[in-house]
Amino acid sequence: MSRSSPLPPEQVLEVADRLQRSIGDRFRDQIVESIYDEAEAISNSVVRQQDAGGVDWEQRIDRLVTSPIFGLPLMLLLLALVFWITIVGSNIPSQWLAQWLFWVEAKGSALFDAMGIPWWITGFLWHGTYRGLAWVISVMLPPMAIFFPLFTFLEDLGYLPRVAFNMDWLFKRAGAHGKQALTMAMGFGCNAAGVVATRVIDSPRERLIAILTNNFVPCNGRFPTLIMLAVVFVAAAFPPAFASLAAAGSVVAIVLVGVVFTLAVSWGLSRTVLRGEPSTFTLELPPYRRPNLTRILYTSFIDRTIFVLWRAITTAAPAGALIWILANIQVRDANLARLIADALDPLGWAIGLDGVILLAYIIAIPANEIVVPTMLMVYMGVGMMVDLPSLSALRTLLVDGNGWTMLTAVNLMLFSLLHNPCATTIMTIWKETHSRKWTMVGALMPLAIAFIVTFLTAGIARLLGLV
Amino acid sequence: MPLRKPSAAACHSCPAHAQMAKMGIQLENFDRVVALAGNPNTGKSTVFNALTGLKQHTGNWPGKTVSRAEGGFILNGVRYKLVDLPGTYSLLSASDDEEVARDFILFGQPDCTIVVVDATSLERNLNLVLQVLEITDHVVVCVNMMDDARRKGMQVDLRKLSRRLGVPAVGTVARTGEGLSELMSTVAGVIEGAIRTNPRRIQPSQEVAAAVATLTPLIEGIVPGTPNARWIAMRLLDGDDRVRRALLSGELAQLLSRQSARSRRPSRKIALEGAQ
Repeated sequence: MSRSSPLPPEQVLEVADRLQRSIGDRFRDQIVESIYDEAEAISNSVVRQQDAGGVDWEQRIDRLVTSPIFGLPLMLLLLALVFWITIVGSNIPSQWLAQWLFWVEAKGSALFDAMGIPWWITGFLWHGTYRGLAWVISVMLPPMAIFFPLFTFLEDLGYLPRVAFNMDWLFKRAGAHGKQALTMAMGFGCNAAGVVATRVIDSPRERLIAILTNNFVPCNGRFPTLIMLAVVFVAAAFPPAFASLAAAGSVVAIVLVGVVFTLAVSWGLSRTVLRGEPSTFTLELPPYRRPNLTRILYTSFIDRTIFVLWRAITTAAPAGALIWILANIQVRDANLARLIADALDPLGWAIGLDGVILLAYIIAIPANEIVVPTMLMVYMGVGMMVDLPSLSALRTLLVDGNGWTMLTAVNLMLFSLLHNPCATTIMTIWKETHSRKWTMVGALMPLAIAFIVTFLTAGIARLLGLV
Repeated sequence: MPLRKPSAAACHSCPAHAQMAKMGIQLENFDRVVALAGNPNTGKSTVFNALTGLKQHTGNWPGKTVSRAEGGFILNGVRYKLVDLPGTYSLLSASDDEEVARDFILFGQPDCTIVVVDATSLERNLNLVLQVLEITDHVVVCVNMMDDARRKGMQVDLRKLSRRLGVPAVGTVARTGEGLSELMSTVAGVIEGAIRTNPRRIQPSQEVAAAVATLTPLIEGIVPGTPNARWIAMRLLDGDDRVRRALLSGELAQLLSRQSARSRRPSRKIALEGAQ
């Protein structure tokens, strides 16, 4: 052919097809083989291995943490240890923060009163919005400031792929992808991030399973709720010597329930609407690395703690305003918040919760972080205005003032674990799947499961006369 | 190919370091695009953060970069945009990650591609390097985690490595910043032509070589002046759909004209100060 008239692309492709057929299937094998040979030859000529001597500690540790017998128990112990350190360590700072922040509230509202500012402004700003924020900060900041560095440390160390390795067979049994263990681990940080992380799974079927079940591990936003309930209720039911251990144990138990649901729902999905065989993959266990402490602190404080706290604060303030308005619009004898809560009460009772908690969950759809503060604001707004200088005062408010029982606490933990993902995660599911149907499934399936499970636990507890 | 001696520690006093300003994420204006490729878990994201001054979290597990991250740095007045590609073991098979990385190196036409490799498992990492070398000439190999290799009693002959690959290889410890200034100046050298590269290409069998030789001029006819006609020919022989489509739709030809337009328009700074 002449240079002036090049073949059109269609014809070039025809030539290519003809050549491809003549070479046959060996082409790719040949290319891959020559690349591997070349890499091996270069590597052999470039790397000189001196005998390092001594014991290969890394291999010994790996044999232990990924052993079929000790792997999973070690993982659970490590998880329990992380929660125990978090709970024990955050107890006292939480009380200090609460005392200090509520002291500021008392002074601030007194100052407003002295300046002759109308009661409803003082109430709205100090007893509504500020108190909600104070609770978010004092209850959530210390656990996050301890939990996130610990989690980031394990992440940097290289422990997460070992977790995936240990759990691979479970996910395979459930008909899901082994890498789902990794995306699940990401979900502990943030479910929206976990949903994005499912991109590491190539098969669309298995990726969808991972997306739909990511919500069943509690995220950063929900851990403080779980930890608070564990400390206030579970720990209080045990003698002081075992209190923090029991609290840590109950959080681990809730996480395990979440993992069980992840596996069970994955199993259900892969047997019904998302049928198929699990695909194989190679997972590289990276070498353990010495984590960089300053980066861990920076990452866990700025990227995680402050980020989550800020999100909680920015959604808690409008939520506080909304609750204050609901609590101060009088319809006949009662205020609007009470009326809505009363209307939700029968449903709430059926699942072992109450109307206020359901109202809080509805208001907290944008961000799970604010469920507890919202709940407290409704309780305080519609009931008595008490100061809550400590966790025991919080317990008094919930138990004596609003009839909470151990069933309420347990079911709230279960509901918080299983219910629909937050608005951000739902948006992320939509962005990742581009499917209205699967986004709806992702939002409503967990909600339905949460209702069914809490309904069952409430029914069983009442039948057995535990409450 | 001129190569500097691998330096033992980051040179905080040398002019390159002094002139380096970290741009964070101001990405509107840049003169050069540098892609960052590598196997999962080679410290690629750490290299990215160290070069750009971004504090993105980099966990120690494979597959964490699920989309492209972008940042930038300035060296000697030239503004570089750095694109972090997902970690992949190869560019051959069709996983999403590999496609993102492959597409960017081919269609994004970066001015230079840094391939980050783990010094402690060079053999496996070189598979990706060799595949990148099939696509583009402008490659710098960043042999990261030299400290791990030293601790394990491994000696990596960087000089020999760059001779065998035909592109510069720089030893680094991204965690501490060791070797990063040399990496940046090497990238600059490759882009501005001060360092010539002559990448190692795999030698296929005679049958394949003949087929490639038939196809290459035809492809050059459709995409005049393409630097990687040979690679496109090999992809066609492998039945690569994406490349077929790009060839049919004229996408490849468009990319090429855009690329040459960019290299004809030097940065204002370079025009003022004279190219390095």
